[in-house]
Amino acid sequence: MFDLATIKDLLGLVNYWVVIVLMMAGFYTVIAQHNLIKKVVGLNIFQVSVFVFYISMGKVSGGSAPILKDGIETYSNPLPHVLILTAIVVGVATTSLALALVVRIHHSYDTIEEDEIQTIEHGEEDIA
Amino acid sequence: MMVEKVLLRVIAKLLIPLIMLFALYVQFHGDFGPGGGFQAGVIFAVAFILYALIFGIRVARKSIPSSVTRTLLALGVLIYGGTGILTMLLGGEFLDYNVLGSTPLAGQHLGILLVEFGVGMTVAGAMITIFYTFAGHANGDLPFRIGDDR
Amino acid sequence: MAGTAYWLVKLRNLFAVVMLSGIYSLIAAVLYVVMDAVDVAFTEAAVGAGISTVLMLGTLALTTDQEKVHKKPPVLALVLVLATGGVLVYGTFDMPRYGDINAPIHQHVANRYIEKSGAEVGPPNIVTSILASYRGYDTLGETAVVFTAAIGVLVIIGRSKGGVMPGSTAARRRRKDKDRAPDQPSTASSDLDEEASS
Repeated sequence: MFDLATIKDLLGLVNYWVVIVLMMAGFYTVIAQHNLIKKVVGLNIFQVSVFVFYISMGKVSGGSAPILKDGIETYSNPLPHVLILTAIVVGVATTSLALALVVRIHHSYDTIEEDEIQTIEHGEEDIA
Repeated sequence: MMVEKVLLRVIAKLLIPLIMLFALYVQFHGDFGPGGGFQAGVIFAVAFILYALIFGIRVARKSIPSSVTRTLLALGVLIYGGTGILTMLLGGEFLDYNVLGSTPLAGQHLGILLVEFGVGMTVAGAMITIFYTFAGHANGDLPFRIGDDR
Repeated sequence: MAGTAYWLVKLRNLFAVVMLSGIYSLIAAVLYVVMDAVDVAFTEAAVGAGISTVLMLGTLALTTDQEKVHKKPPVLALVLVLATGGVLVYGTFDMPRYGDINAPIHQHVANRYIEKSGAEVGPPNIVTSILASYRGYDTLGETAVVFTAAIGVLVIIGRSKGGVMPGSTAARRRRKDKDRAPDQPSTASSDLDEEASS
C-alpha cells in the first residue's frame, strides 16, 4: 500500500502534526473551559506549540547548535531561535498580566468562572 | 517564622549566592555560550523569589525594596535606549555599535554587553516586581497562604 | 508532551494543572535541545518551569484552586477544534519536510548571519549577535513590552498607599449594596466616584 519512500516523506511532517495537536488542545481549553486560570493555561499551551513550530522549522538535518566553532560546517537556522527566545520572556510577562486581571476579577466578583460572572453581570437584566 | 524548617533555610542560604553567581555568569558569558540578558534576568529574579518564598515576603522586601526593583525595571530600558542615543551622538546610526570602540569589533562587543545588561536589568526588575505584587496580597509573612477574609 | 497537554485540559484541580504546565514547559525545553535551540531551551526551562509556575501558584493562592464542574459537554467547541485541526493537518502536506536544508526559511538572511556574524559582530554565539546587534530594534521593543507588562501588573493589582487594592473593596461593597437593594443607583454611583478618586 505505502512504499517506504512515502512513509519516510510523511515522517518529515510529524513535527507539524505534534504542533497541531498541542495547538488544538490549547485552543479547545481557551474556548470550551469556563475557568479563567484554565484559559490562561490553555493560552500557554497554544503559545508553546507555536514556539515548537518555529524551532522545528529552523532545524537543519546534521546541523549543530548555532555557536561558531572551527570544523563545523552546518548550523541550524539561528533566526527562529532569536525570535522565540524573546517571545518566551514576553510571553511570561503577558501571562502575568493576564493572571493579574484574573486576580482583579476575583476581587470584584468572588469567582473566576466565566458563566458565573455573566450571571452576576446580566442576571437581573435577563440577557444570558 | 518557619523556625522548624531548618533544612529549607540552610539549603536556600547555600543556593541563593550560587544562583546569583550563575546569573552573572550567564549574563556576561552570553557571547560565547548559551545565555544572555533575558535568561540572566530571570535567573537573578529567581534568587530573590526563592528568598521571598523561604523567608517570607517582608524579609525579602527589606533586602531588596520594591522601589529598587522598580528603578531596575526602568533603568534597564533606559540603558538600552541610552546606548542607541550614545551611538547616535558618536556619529553612527541608532544602535550601530561600530562607533563605540576603536575598532568595529570592539565597538560591537561593548555595545552588545551594554544592551544585554540593560535587558537583564529590565527582566530581573520586571519579574521581581510582578512577584512582589502577586505575593503582596496574601497576608503578611506567608506569601502563599490563602487569605482568611474570603 | 501531548499526554501532558491532554491531562492539562482534563484535570479539574487547578493546583495539579499548574504543576503539569511546569512539566509541560520542561518537556518543551528538552524538545528545543533536540532541535539545536540551546538558548531557547535555557530560557524555557528558567521561565516556563520556574517563574510561570510561581506566578500561577500566586494566583491560585489569591483566588481558588478548584475548578467548578460543568454538566454541559461543549460539543460545538470540540467540533470546531477538530475541524480546524483537520484543515491545518491538510495544510501541512505542502510544508517543507523536517530538517530539509532547502526549505525557504534557510534561503533568506540566515546564511548571511551564519557566515558573516563572526567577522562583523564577533561573538561565537550567533543567537546573541543577532539578538543584540542585527536585530537590536526588535529586542529594544521586546524589552519595552516586558517593562510595560510589569507596569500593567502594578496598575491592575498593585497596592495603593492605604494598603488595599484600589477599587476592590469598593467594588465588593457596591455589589453587596446592589444585592440588598437593586433599585438604588445613587450608592453605586457614589462608590464609583470613590473608586475613581482613589
